[in-house]
Amino acid sequence: MAAIQITDVKKNYAALQALDGVSLSIEPGEFFGLLGPNGAGKTTLISVVAGLIRATSGSVKVMGHDVQSDYRAARRQLGVVPQELVFDPFFTVRETLRMQQGYFGLRRNDSWIDEVMENLDLTNKADTNMRALSGGMKRRVLVAQALVHKPPVIVLDEPTAGVDVELRQTLWKFIGRLNREGHTVVLTTHYLEEAQALCSRIAMLKAGRVVALDTTNALLKQVAGSQLKLRLSGAPLPDSLKSLQIQHDSSYTALRINHIEEIEPILASLRTGGCVIEELQLEQADLEDVFLQIMDGAHQ
Amino acid sequence: MIGFRTLFYKEILRFWKVATQTITAPILTAMLYLLIFGHVLDKHVQVFSGVSYTAFLIPGLVMMSVLQNAFANSSSSLMQSKITGNLVFILLPPLSYWEMYSAYVLAAIVRGLTVGLGVFVITAWFADLSFVAPVWIALFSLLGAAILGTMGLIAGIWAEKFDHLAAFQNFLIMPATFLSGVFYSIHSLPPVWLAISRFNPFFYMIDGFRYGFFGQSDVDPLHSIVVVLAFFIVLAGIAIQLLKNGYKLRA
Repeated sequence: MAAIQITDVKKNYAALQALDGVSLSIEPGEFFGLLGPNGAGKTTLISVVAGLIRATSGSVKVMGHDVQSDYRAARRQLGVVPQELVFDPFFTVRETLRMQQGYFGLRRNDSWIDEVMENLDLTNKADTNMRALSGGMKRRVLVAQALVHKPPVIVLDEPTAGVDVELRQTLWKFIGRLNREGHTVVLTTHYLEEAQALCSRIAMLKAGRVVALDTTNALLKQVAGSQLKLRLSGAPLPDSLKSLQIQHDSSYTALRINHIEEIEPILASLRTGGCVIEELQLEQADLEDVFLQIMDGAHQ
Repeated sequence: MIGFRTLFYKEILRFWKVATQTITAPILTAMLYLLIFGHVLDKHVQVFSGVSYTAFLIPGLVMMSVLQNAFANSSSSLMQSKITGNLVFILLPPLSYWEMYSAYVLAAIVRGLTVGLGVFVITAWFADLSFVAPVWIALFSLLGAAILGTMGLIAGIWAEKFDHLAAFQNFLIMPATFLSGVFYSIHSLPPVWLAISRFNPFFYMIDGFRYGFFGQSDVDPLHSIVVVLAFFIVLAGIAIQLLKNGYKLRA
């Protein structure tokens, strides 16, 4: 049974097709990344999974429970950290967390609330009104609210947007621990280095469609390999090397290579073509390169 | 059940934390109405035989406060949550639409009855009141608060900005309340307005509530309770259906 099973989900807003037949299966215990540019449909997809909006067609199951027909069971399995920094100004941090626990039908469990607050460095703010907290602290409370009912599936929608390094480290340490204990984690983020470091598998969305879905390692290998970045003068890049070119601007030309042995023939071709190598760098491709290439449609 | 209890408790705590605005202020407003209208009209107007105008006015003001505050509670809570975005904390958990409906409306009833009781305790000093049929008093105040709490919920779901809510309140709730016989008997109205008033459900709530005090009313309280109950069932059905469909809450 998948932690989240998304089958051919479509969502239309009048003329706009926000989701265009998305299918994904996220397995229990995975740390799964959902990436894409702004407007790709990530938050819409998460909202469909969370039952905040209804899909035009298709189905979503969380731990085997349909989010529409069996919504109560589905929602008990899910903890969602929303992207927007929202809070209820009437209550303190502790009141907020106790209420959230109650909404999920749980009797008060202060020991777990204390543990969550401790892990998110919120303990000394427990009796502070939400209005008096800084943006970073409010973000921590949002994360805590998603965890008060110990959900087996945790969805974090850009949890580190605009927060400092300390919170990021605190958050990833705690979420990493929960993942090791068996919780499934789904993350959307614009910080691709975070996704590369944390996620074992990644889906990339573009214009409401899944354009890439694989393990992080496979994506890094399949799409980009390594990059040979060159600053050239004297002559343009020889035609024989143009098929390797993945990036070119006024200062650099980047060539894709799969093995280190490919460097020598490239250098020979450049010499033969009359190019002078002003500067040379060999870079391992990272997720950002993969992301840019996929989003540019270079390898679709 | 714990989900319902928590949401109910949260709604109570929400208005209780700002009690000056939600409890004290409306009590003061009702007292001002009584002082001004009672002072000006007490010597000149007698609606029911043997009942002074001030005494006649008090149940009307109590009920008006119950109705307006029940409406204000559910509508403002939902609206604020929608505008600030924290409604997501109610929409993400496995709360059923029944739990949501019951918690919002029950909290609205509590606020309405708290304000009504406050108005009664303060204003009762100004006139001799009798309690001919206390069961009717309890029944009409409870149902009236439930109806306005439900209307507040519907308005809160429908409204997309505070402007919409203000329109609902100013162009529907306020006229219906003021034209329901709070300050007068509908028998003192011209025939056309008398006929129109009979289509105003608020009139039946206030008339039936007043019957509980004086044993006198414009229409039979049994007739009133049937109208009020039917109105409540229709409104509750609409509100529950809206919550079930996620109208304007789950796009």
